Amino acid sequence: MSKLVPPIPKFLRPAPPRPGTGGPGRNGDEGGNGNGNGNGEPGTAVKLREGAAEGGTQVVGWLDERSGMSPIVRAQLFRKVPKGTNWFYTLGSATLFAFVSQAVTGVFLAMYYNPDPSRAYESAAHITNEVFLGELVRGMHRWGSTVMIILIFLHMGRTFVFGAYKYPRELNWVIGVLLLVLTLAMGFTGYLLPFDQRSFWATVVGVNINASGPVVGPYLADFLRGGAEFGAVSLSRFYAMHMLLIPGLIGALIGAHLYLVAKLGTTAPPWLKAEKKSLSQEKI
Amino acid sequence: MTRRGVMTGGALLYGGIASAAFGLPALGFALGPMFEDGTPDVWQDVGAEEDFNAETYVPKVANIVADIGEAGKTTVYLRRLDPERDSKSKSDKGKEPLPYVAITTLCSHLGCPVRYIQASQRFVCPCHGGVYDFEGKVDGGPPVRPLDRFYTRVTNGRVEMGERFSVNSELERFSPRDPSNHLDGLWQYLYPSRPST
Repeated sequence: MSKLVPPIPKFLRPAPPRPGTGGPGRNGDEGGNGNGNGNGEPGTAVKLREGAAEGGTQVVGWLDERSGMSPIVRAQLFRKVPKGTNWFYTLGSATLFAFVSQAVTGVFLAMYYNPDPSRAYESAAHITNEVFLGELVRGMHRWGSTVMIILIFLHMGRTFVFGAYKYPRELNWVIGVLLLVLTLAMGFTGYLLPFDQRSFWATVVGVNINASGPVVGPYLADFLRGGAEFGAVSLSRFYAMHMLLIPGLIGALIGAHLYLVAKLGTTAPPWLKAEKKSLSQEKI
Repeated sequence: MTRRGVMTGGALLYGGIASAAFGLPALGFALGPMFEDGTPDVWQDVGAEEDFNAETYVPKVANIVADIGEAGKTTVYLRRLDPERDSKSKSDKGKEPLPYVAITTLCSHLGCPVRYIQASQRFVCPCHGGVYDFEGKVDGGPPVRPLDRFYTRVTNGRVEMGERFSVNSELERFSPRDPSNHLDGLWQYLYPSRPST
Protein backbone atom coordinates (compact mmCIF):
# COMPACT_ATOMS: atom_id res chain seq x y z
CA MET A 1 0.00 0.00 0.00
CA SER A 2 2.60 2.52 1.00
CA LYS A 3 4.56 1.67 -2.14
CA LEU A 4 1.78 3.14 -4.34
CA VAL A 5 2.00 6.57 -2.73
CA PRO A 6 4.25 8.87 -4.78
CA PRO A 7 7.26 10.17 -2.89
CA ILE A 8 6.73 13.46 -1.10
CA PRO A 9 8.73 16.29 -2.72
CA LYS A 10 11.93 17.03 -0.94
CA PHE A 11 10.88 20.44 0.30
CA LEU A 12 7.76 19.02 2.02
CA ARG A 13 9.64 16.31 3.87
CA PRO A 14 10.64 16.97 7.46
CA ALA A 15 14.15 18.25 7.55
CA PRO A 16 16.64 16.14 9.45
CA PRO A 17 17.61 17.58 12.82
CA ARG A 18 20.50 20.00 12.68
CA PRO A 19 23.48 19.14 14.78
CA GLY A 20 23.17 20.72 18.18
CA THR A 21 19.46 21.47 18.20
CA GLY A 22 18.41 17.94 19.04
CA GLY A 23 14.71 18.21 18.35
CA PRO A 24 12.91 17.69 15.05
CA GLY A 25 13.44 20.42 12.43
CA ARG A 26 10.92 22.56 10.58
CA ASN A 27 7.76 20.98 9.30
CA GLY A 28 8.21 18.46 12.05
CA ASP A 29 5.66 16.03 13.40
CA GLU A 30 4.02 18.71 15.48
CA GLY A 31 2.06 20.03 12.51
CA GLY A 32 4.54 22.22 10.68
CA ASN A 33 2.86 25.44 11.74
CA GLY A 34 6.16 26.90 12.75
CA ASN A 35 5.45 27.12 16.42
CA GLY A 36 8.66 25.38 17.23
CA ASN A 37 9.10 22.96 20.05
CA GLY A 38 9.96 24.96 23.04
CA ASN A 39 13.28 25.91 24.42
CA GLY A 40 15.37 28.44 22.46
CA GLU A 41 13.38 28.26 19.19
CA PRO A 42 12.69 31.54 17.32
CA GLY A 43 9.15 32.99 17.32
CA THR A 44 6.44 32.55 14.69
CA ALA A 45 7.18 35.74 12.77
CA VAL A 46 10.85 34.95 12.38
CA LYS A 47 10.06 31.43 11.27
CA LEU A 48 7.56 32.64 8.67
CA ARG A 49 10.05 35.12 7.29
CA GLU A 50 12.74 32.49 7.09
CA GLY A 51 10.28 30.09 5.48
CA ALA A 52 9.31 32.64 2.83
CA ALA A 53 12.94 33.41 2.05
CA GLU A 54 13.70 29.73 1.82
CA GLY A 55 10.62 29.16 -0.36
CA GLY A 56 11.87 31.80 -2.81
CA THR A 57 15.25 30.15 -2.94
CA GLN A 58 13.61 26.83 -3.51
CA VAL A 59 11.51 28.11 -6.45
CA VAL A 60 14.60 29.63 -8.04
CA GLY A 61 16.51 26.44 -7.35
CA TRP A 62 13.75 24.36 -8.95
CA LEU A 63 13.79 26.54 -12.08
CA ASP A 64 17.57 26.62 -12.25
CA GLU A 65 17.92 22.87 -11.92
CA ARG A 66 15.73 22.42 -14.98
CA SER A 67 16.81 25.37 -17.16
CA GLY A 68 20.40 26.06 -16.16
CA MET A 69 19.57 29.74 -16.44
CA SER A 70 21.40 31.11 -13.44
CA PRO A 71 24.85 31.53 -15.03
CA ILE A 72 23.23 33.29 -17.98
CA VAL A 73 21.09 35.55 -15.81
CA ARG A 74 24.03 36.26 -13.52
CA ALA A 75 26.20 37.15 -16.50
CA GLN A 76 23.48 39.57 -17.66
CA LEU A 77 22.77 41.24 -14.35
CA PHE A 78 26.22 41.35 -12.83
CA ARG A 79 28.40 41.93 -15.86
CA LYS A 80 31.28 44.31 -15.57
CA VAL A 81 30.83 47.78 -17.00
CA PRO A 82 33.68 50.09 -17.85
CA LYS A 83 34.68 52.96 -15.62
CA GLY A 84 32.93 56.18 -16.48
CA THR A 85 29.60 54.56 -17.30
CA ASN A 86 27.04 57.30 -16.81
CA TRP A 87 23.40 58.23 -17.30
CA PHE A 88 23.80 58.46 -21.08
CA TYR A 89 24.19 54.68 -21.08
CA THR A 90 20.59 54.30 -19.96
CA LEU A 91 19.12 55.74 -23.18
CA GLY A 92 18.95 52.31 -24.83
CA SER A 93 17.10 50.83 -21.87
CA ALA A 94 14.83 53.87 -21.89
CA THR A 95 14.02 53.26 -25.55
CA LEU A 96 13.30 49.61 -24.75
CA PHE A 97 11.02 50.71 -21.93
CA ALA A 98 9.19 53.04 -24.32
CA PHE A 99 8.77 50.15 -26.76
CA VAL A 100 7.37 47.88 -24.05
CA SER A 101 4.95 50.58 -22.94
CA GLN A 102 3.86 51.08 -26.57
CA ALA A 103 3.36 47.34 -26.95
CA VAL A 104 1.28 47.03 -23.78
CA THR A 105 -0.92 50.09 -24.40
CA GLY A 106 -1.23 49.07 -28.07
CA VAL A 107 -2.50 45.61 -27.20
CA PHE A 108 -5.19 47.11 -24.99
CA LEU A 109 -6.14 49.74 -27.57
CA ALA A 110 -6.61 46.90 -30.08
CA MET A 111 -9.35 45.51 -27.82
CA TYR A 112 -11.56 48.50 -28.64
CA TYR A 113 -10.26 49.71 -32.01
CA ASN A 114 -12.04 48.70 -35.21
CA PRO A 115 -9.97 48.96 -38.43
CA ASP A 116 -12.95 49.37 -40.72
CA PRO A 117 -13.02 52.61 -42.75
CA SER A 118 -16.58 53.39 -41.70
CA ARG A 119 -16.01 52.51 -38.02
CA ALA A 120 -12.37 53.45 -37.33
CA TYR A 121 -12.94 57.08 -36.41
CA GLU A 122 -15.92 56.26 -34.21
CA SER A 123 -14.11 53.47 -32.40
CA ALA A 124 -11.13 55.75 -31.75
CA ALA A 125 -13.48 58.45 -30.46
CA HIS A 126 -15.22 55.80 -28.36
CA ILE A 127 -11.88 54.89 -26.76
CA THR A 128 -11.19 58.53 -25.89
CA ASN A 129 -14.62 59.57 -24.73
CA GLU A 130 -16.33 56.54 -23.24
CA VAL A 131 -13.97 53.72 -22.32
CA PHE A 132 -12.78 53.83 -18.69
CA LEU A 133 -9.23 55.33 -18.70
CA GLY A 134 -9.41 55.20 -22.50
CA GLU A 135 -8.18 58.76 -22.86
CA LEU A 136 -5.19 57.97 -20.66
CA VAL A 137 -4.22 54.75 -22.45
CA ARG A 138 -4.67 56.27 -25.90
CA GLY A 139 -2.79 59.37 -24.76
CA MET A 140 0.09 57.27 -23.45
CA HIS A 141 0.28 55.42 -26.77
CA ARG A 142 0.09 58.64 -28.76
CA TRP A 143 2.67 60.56 -26.71
CA GLY A 144 4.73 57.46 -26.04
CA SER A 145 5.35 57.13 -29.77
CA THR A 146 6.90 60.58 -29.83
CA VAL A 147 8.91 59.85 -26.70
CA MET A 148 10.21 56.62 -28.22
CA ILE A 149 11.37 58.38 -31.37
CA ILE A 150 13.11 61.10 -29.33
CA LEU A 151 14.79 58.47 -27.14
CA ILE A 152 15.92 56.34 -30.05
CA PHE A 153 17.56 59.37 -31.66
CA LEU A 154 19.24 60.34 -28.38
CA HIS A 155 20.45 56.75 -27.99
CA MET A 156 21.83 56.85 -31.53
CA GLY A 157 23.50 60.18 -30.83
CA ARG A 158 25.11 58.78 -27.66
CA THR A 159 26.43 55.81 -29.61
CA PHE A 160 27.79 58.07 -32.31
CA VAL A 161 29.37 60.69 -30.09
CA PHE A 162 30.95 58.10 -27.79
CA GLY A 163 32.30 56.20 -30.79
CA ALA A 164 30.51 53.07 -29.59
CA TYR A 165 29.73 52.01 -33.18
CA LYS A 166 33.36 51.10 -33.90
CA TYR A 167 34.87 47.63 -34.10
CA PRO A 168 33.63 45.16 -32.94
CA ARG A 169 30.19 46.78 -32.62
CA GLU A 170 29.47 47.70 -36.25
CA LEU A 171 26.85 44.97 -36.58
CA ASN A 172 25.00 46.33 -33.59
CA TRP A 173 25.01 49.78 -35.18
CA VAL A 174 23.50 48.31 -38.35
CA ILE A 175 20.80 46.52 -36.36
CA GLY A 176 20.16 49.76 -34.50
CA VAL A 177 19.67 51.66 -37.75
CA LEU A 178 17.17 49.02 -38.89
CA LEU A 179 15.36 49.46 -35.57
CA LEU A 180 15.30 53.22 -36.13
CA VAL A 181 13.76 52.79 -39.59
CA LEU A 182 11.19 50.32 -38.26
CA THR A 183 10.32 52.66 -35.39
CA LEU A 184 9.71 55.48 -37.88
CA ALA A 185 7.58 53.05 -39.93
CA MET A 186 5.58 52.37 -36.77
CA GLY A 187 4.96 56.09 -36.41
CA PHE A 188 3.92 56.36 -40.06
CA THR A 189 1.53 53.39 -40.04
CA GLY A 190 0.06 54.30 -36.66
CA TYR A 191 -0.69 57.87 -37.69
CA LEU A 192 -3.43 56.71 -40.09
CA LEU A 193 -5.36 54.67 -37.56
CA PRO A 194 -7.47 57.42 -35.89
CA PHE A 195 -8.77 57.98 -39.46
CA ASP A 196 -9.68 61.62 -39.07
CA GLN A 197 -9.02 64.28 -41.70
CA ARG A 198 -5.53 65.04 -40.45
CA SER A 199 -4.35 61.44 -40.29
CA PHE A 200 -5.99 60.55 -43.60
CA TRP A 201 -4.41 63.37 -45.59
CA ALA A 202 -1.06 63.10 -43.84
CA THR A 203 -0.93 59.45 -44.82
CA VAL A 204 -2.04 60.18 -48.38
CA VAL A 205 0.85 62.62 -48.64
CA GLY A 206 3.21 60.16 -46.94
CA VAL A 207 2.33 57.40 -49.38
CA ASN A 208 2.77 59.83 -52.27
CA ILE A 209 6.24 60.67 -50.97
CA ASN A 210 6.98 56.95 -51.28
CA ALA A 211 5.56 57.08 -54.80
CA SER A 212 8.00 59.84 -55.75
CA GLY A 213 10.93 57.43 -55.71
CA PRO A 214 12.05 56.62 -59.26
CA VAL A 215 11.13 53.23 -60.81
CA VAL A 216 10.15 51.39 -57.61
CA GLY A 217 8.28 54.31 -56.02
CA PRO A 218 4.91 53.83 -57.76
CA TYR A 219 4.95 50.10 -56.96
CA LEU A 220 5.88 50.76 -53.34
CA ALA A 221 2.93 53.13 -53.04
CA ASP A 222 0.66 50.47 -54.57
CA PHE A 223 1.95 47.97 -52.02
CA LEU A 224 1.28 50.32 -49.11
CA ARG A 225 -2.22 51.18 -50.28
CA GLY A 226 -3.08 47.71 -51.50
CA GLY A 227 -4.08 49.13 -54.88
CA ALA A 228 -4.06 52.25 -56.99
CA GLU A 229 -6.32 54.29 -54.72
CA PHE A 230 -6.42 54.85 -51.01
CA GLY A 231 -9.32 52.46 -50.50
CA ALA A 232 -11.06 50.01 -48.21
CA VAL A 233 -8.09 47.68 -47.81
CA SER A 234 -5.56 50.44 -47.12
CA LEU A 235 -6.62 50.96 -43.50
CA SER A 236 -6.59 47.27 -42.56
CA ARG A 237 -3.25 46.93 -44.33
CA PHE A 238 -1.75 49.74 -42.26
CA TYR A 239 -3.32 48.22 -39.15
CA ALA A 240 -1.80 44.79 -39.84
CA MET A 241 1.59 46.32 -40.52
CA HIS A 242 1.35 48.50 -37.42
CA MET A 243 0.41 45.81 -34.95
CA LEU A 244 1.78 42.58 -36.39
CA LEU A 245 4.43 42.89 -39.08
CA ILE A 246 6.61 45.73 -37.80
CA PRO A 247 6.40 44.96 -34.04
CA GLY A 248 7.40 41.36 -34.79
CA LEU A 249 10.45 42.55 -36.70
CA ILE A 250 11.30 45.10 -33.99
CA GLY A 251 11.03 42.44 -31.27
CA ALA A 252 13.33 40.06 -33.14
CA LEU A 253 15.88 42.78 -33.84
CA ILE A 254 15.80 44.02 -30.23
CA GLY A 255 16.69 40.45 -29.21
CA ALA A 256 19.69 40.47 -31.53
CA HIS A 257 20.63 43.99 -30.40
CA LEU A 258 20.61 43.00 -26.71
CA TYR A 259 22.46 39.76 -27.37
CA LEU A 260 25.27 41.71 -29.00
CA VAL A 261 25.34 44.28 -26.18
CA ALA A 262 25.63 41.48 -23.64
CA LYS A 263 28.25 39.64 -25.65
CA LEU A 264 30.46 42.61 -26.49
CA GLY A 265 29.88 44.74 -23.41
CA THR A 266 29.67 48.52 -23.42
CA THR A 267 32.42 50.95 -24.25
CA ALA A 268 34.03 53.40 -21.90
CA PRO A 269 33.36 57.06 -22.63
CA PRO A 270 35.96 58.48 -25.01
CA TRP A 271 37.42 60.93 -22.48
CA LEU A 272 38.31 58.02 -20.19
CA LYS A 273 40.35 56.36 -22.90
CA ALA A 274 42.35 59.52 -23.31
CA GLU A 275 43.14 59.59 -19.58
CA LYS A 276 44.23 55.98 -19.65
CA LYS A 277 46.69 56.67 -22.42
CA SER A 278 48.25 59.53 -20.53
CA LEU A 279 48.56 57.27 -17.47
CA SER A 280 50.38 54.58 -19.40
CA GLN A 281 52.68 57.20 -20.82
CA GLU A 282 53.43 58.42 -17.32
CA LYS A 283 54.42 54.94 -16.29
CA ILE A 284 56.95 54.76 -19.06
CA MET B 1 28.92 12.80 -52.02
CA THR B 2 28.77 11.88 -48.37
CA ARG B 3 25.84 10.55 -46.40
CA ARG B 4 26.01 13.63 -44.21
CA GLY B 5 25.94 15.88 -47.24
CA VAL B 6 22.83 14.16 -48.61
CA MET B 7 21.10 14.42 -45.24
CA THR B 8 21.97 18.11 -44.82
CA GLY B 9 20.95 18.95 -48.35
CA GLY B 10 17.75 16.99 -48.04
CA ALA B 11 16.78 18.67 -44.79
CA LEU B 12 17.45 22.11 -46.31
CA LEU B 13 15.55 21.21 -49.48
CA TYR B 14 12.45 19.93 -47.70
CA GLY B 15 12.55 22.78 -45.21
CA GLY B 16 12.81 25.20 -48.09
CA ILE B 17 9.91 23.60 -49.96
CA ALA B 18 7.74 23.63 -46.85
CA SER B 19 8.58 27.29 -46.13
CA ALA B 20 7.97 28.29 -49.74
CA ALA B 21 4.64 26.44 -49.68
CA PHE B 22 3.23 28.96 -47.24
CA GLY B 23 5.64 31.84 -47.81
CA LEU B 24 5.09 32.36 -51.53
CA PRO B 25 1.27 32.33 -51.42
CA ALA B 26 1.37 34.69 -48.43
CA LEU B 27 3.69 37.03 -50.33
CA GLY B 28 1.50 36.87 -53.42
CA PHE B 29 -1.52 37.55 -51.24
CA ALA B 30 0.10 40.70 -49.88
CA LEU B 31 1.44 41.89 -53.24
CA GLY B 32 -1.60 40.87 -55.33
CA PRO B 33 -3.37 44.24 -55.33
CA MET B 34 -0.31 45.76 -57.04
CA PHE B 35 -1.04 43.74 -60.15
CA GLU B 36 -4.80 43.85 -60.53
CA ASP B 37 -6.84 46.73 -61.86
CA GLY B 38 -8.52 48.09 -58.75
CA THR B 39 -10.20 51.06 -60.44
CA PRO B 40 -13.41 49.87 -62.10
CA ASP B 41 -14.63 51.90 -65.07
CA VAL B 42 -17.76 53.53 -63.73
CA TRP B 43 -19.56 56.67 -64.83
CA GLN B 44 -21.26 58.86 -62.30
CA ASP B 45 -23.75 61.65 -62.70
CA VAL B 46 -22.41 65.01 -61.53
CA GLY B 47 -25.22 67.34 -62.62
CA ALA B 48 -27.26 68.80 -65.45
CA GLU B 49 -25.60 70.55 -68.39
CA GLU B 50 -27.10 73.88 -67.27
CA ASP B 51 -25.11 73.68 -64.02
CA PHE B 52 -21.86 74.38 -65.83
CA ASN B 53 -20.32 77.13 -67.93
CA ALA B 54 -17.05 77.74 -69.75
CA GLU B 55 -15.88 80.70 -67.66
CA THR B 56 -15.46 79.24 -64.20
CA TYR B 57 -15.21 75.95 -62.39
CA VAL B 58 -18.14 74.51 -60.46
CA PRO B 59 -17.16 72.27 -57.52
CA LYS B 60 -19.02 68.97 -57.33
CA VAL B 61 -18.69 66.10 -54.88
CA ALA B 62 -17.88 62.81 -56.55
CA ASN B 63 -17.20 59.37 -55.20
CA ILE B 64 -13.80 58.27 -56.44
CA VAL B 65 -13.12 55.34 -54.12
CA ALA B 66 -15.86 52.77 -53.60
CA ASP B 67 -16.77 51.12 -50.28
CA ILE B 68 -15.11 53.49 -47.82
CA GLY B 69 -17.99 55.86 -47.24
CA GLU B 70 -17.26 59.52 -46.70
CA ALA B 71 -13.51 59.04 -47.07
CA GLY B 72 -14.01 57.99 -50.70
CA LYS B 73 -15.70 61.26 -51.67
CA THR B 74 -13.77 64.14 -53.13
CA THR B 75 -14.36 67.49 -54.71
CA VAL B 76 -14.01 67.72 -58.48
CA TYR B 77 -13.92 71.02 -60.41
CA LEU B 78 -15.94 71.02 -63.63
CA ARG B 79 -16.47 73.46 -66.49
CA ARG B 80 -17.58 73.26 -70.09
CA LEU B 81 -14.75 73.00 -72.63
CA ASP B 82 -13.96 76.31 -74.29
CA PRO B 83 -12.63 75.46 -77.80
CA GLU B 84 -11.18 78.98 -78.19
CA ARG B 85 -9.41 79.10 -74.87
CA ASP B 86 -8.45 75.47 -74.17
CA SER B 87 -5.23 74.21 -75.72
CA LYS B 88 -5.53 71.26 -78.07
CA SER B 89 -4.36 67.92 -76.73
CA LYS B 90 -2.39 65.51 -78.91
CA SER B 91 -4.59 62.73 -77.57
CA ASP B 92 -7.63 64.36 -79.21
CA LYS B 93 -6.17 64.33 -82.75
CA GLY B 94 -8.92 63.32 -85.17
CA LYS B 95 -11.33 62.83 -82.30
CA GLU B 96 -13.96 64.88 -80.60
CA PRO B 97 -12.41 66.44 -77.44
CA LEU B 98 -13.99 65.69 -74.07
CA PRO B 99 -17.04 67.97 -73.72
CA TYR B 100 -16.29 68.98 -70.15
CA VAL B 101 -13.09 69.65 -68.27
CA ALA B 102 -13.18 67.81 -64.92
CA ILE B 103 -10.15 68.56 -62.79
CA THR B 104 -9.16 66.68 -59.67
CA THR B 105 -8.37 68.43 -56.39
CA LEU B 106 -5.40 66.10 -55.88
CA CYS B 107 -2.23 68.20 -56.14
CA SER B 108 0.30 66.59 -58.47
CA HIS B 109 3.09 67.36 -56.03
CA LEU B 110 2.18 65.14 -53.06
CA GLY B 111 -1.58 64.85 -53.19
CA CYS B 112 -2.82 67.60 -50.91
CA PRO B 113 -6.23 69.02 -51.89
CA VAL B 114 -5.99 72.11 -54.12
CA ARG B 115 -8.73 74.75 -54.43
CA TYR B 116 -9.72 76.95 -57.31
CA ILE B 117 -9.62 80.72 -56.84
CA GLN B 118 -11.74 82.51 -59.43
CA ALA B 119 -10.21 85.96 -58.76
CA SER B 120 -6.80 84.80 -60.00
CA GLN B 121 -8.20 81.97 -62.16
CA ARG B 122 -5.73 79.61 -60.61
CA PHE B 123 -5.61 76.43 -58.55
CA VAL B 124 -3.60 76.80 -55.36
CA CYS B 125 -2.28 74.08 -53.07
CA PRO B 126 -2.07 74.92 -49.34
CA CYS B 127 0.71 72.47 -48.48
CA HIS B 128 3.79 73.50 -50.43
CA GLY B 129 2.62 76.36 -52.58
CA GLY B 130 1.88 74.65 -55.88
CA VAL B 131 0.06 76.93 -58.35
CA TYR B 132 -1.78 75.83 -61.52
CA ASP B 133 -3.33 77.97 -64.23
CA PHE B 134 -6.92 77.90 -65.54
CA GLU B 135 -6.29 74.69 -67.48
CA GLY B 136 -4.54 73.02 -64.55
CA LYS B 137 -1.04 73.43 -66.00
CA VAL B 138 1.77 74.14 -63.57
CA ASP B 139 2.33 77.86 -63.01
CA GLY B 140 4.73 77.64 -60.09
CA GLY B 141 5.86 75.69 -57.08
CA PRO B 142 6.97 72.09 -56.80
CA PRO B 143 4.33 70.17 -58.86
CA VAL B 144 5.81 68.08 -61.66
CA ARG B 145 2.86 67.88 -64.04
CA PRO B 146 -0.58 69.44 -64.58
CA LEU B 147 -3.53 68.49 -62.41
CA ASP B 148 -5.13 65.14 -63.26
CA ARG B 149 -8.48 65.07 -65.02
CA PHE B 150 -11.48 62.79 -65.40
CA TYR B 151 -13.13 61.53 -68.56
CA THR B 152 -16.45 63.25 -69.20
CA ARG B 153 -19.48 62.62 -71.41
CA VAL B 154 -23.02 63.89 -71.75
CA THR B 155 -25.96 61.49 -71.58
CA ASN B 156 -29.52 62.81 -71.90
CA GLY B 157 -28.54 66.31 -70.84
CA ARG B 158 -26.68 65.02 -67.76
CA VAL B 159 -22.92 65.39 -67.34
CA GLU B 160 -21.17 62.17 -66.36
CA MET B 161 -17.69 61.69 -65.01
CA GLY B 162 -15.57 58.58 -65.57
CA GLU B 163 -12.06 57.39 -64.74
CA ARG B 164 -9.18 59.63 -63.77
CA PHE B 165 -6.30 60.19 -66.17
CA SER B 166 -3.04 62.07 -65.95
CA VAL B 167 -1.76 64.60 -68.46
CA ASN B 168 1.67 65.91 -69.37
CA SER B 169 2.47 69.55 -69.96
CA GLU B 170 0.96 69.30 -73.48
CA LEU B 171 -2.24 67.83 -72.01
CA GLU B 172 -1.49 64.47 -73.61
CA ARG B 173 -3.37 61.72 -71.78
CA PHE B 174 -1.69 58.99 -69.72
CA SER B 175 -2.97 56.29 -67.39
CA PRO B 176 -3.59 57.70 -63.90
CA ARG B 177 -0.33 58.24 -62.04
CA ASP B 178 0.49 58.98 -58.45
CA PRO B 179 1.23 62.55 -57.53
CA SER B 180 4.94 63.39 -57.84
CA ASN B 181 5.38 61.13 -60.90
CA HIS B 182 6.81 63.02 -63.85
CA LEU B 183 5.32 62.72 -67.33
CA ASP B 184 7.67 64.97 -69.31
CA GLY B 185 11.15 64.66 -70.73
CA LEU B 186 13.48 61.87 -69.66
CA TRP B 187 11.91 61.84 -66.19
CA GLN B 188 8.80 60.08 -67.47
CA TYR B 189 10.76 56.86 -68.06
CA LEU B 190 11.59 56.67 -64.33
CA TYR B 191 7.89 56.56 -63.46
CA PRO B 192 6.29 53.71 -65.42
CA SER B 193 2.56 53.12 -65.58
CA ARG B 194 1.37 50.50 -63.13
CA PRO B 195 -0.75 47.41 -63.72
CA SER B 196 -3.08 48.51 -60.94
CA THR B 197 -4.52 51.47 -62.84
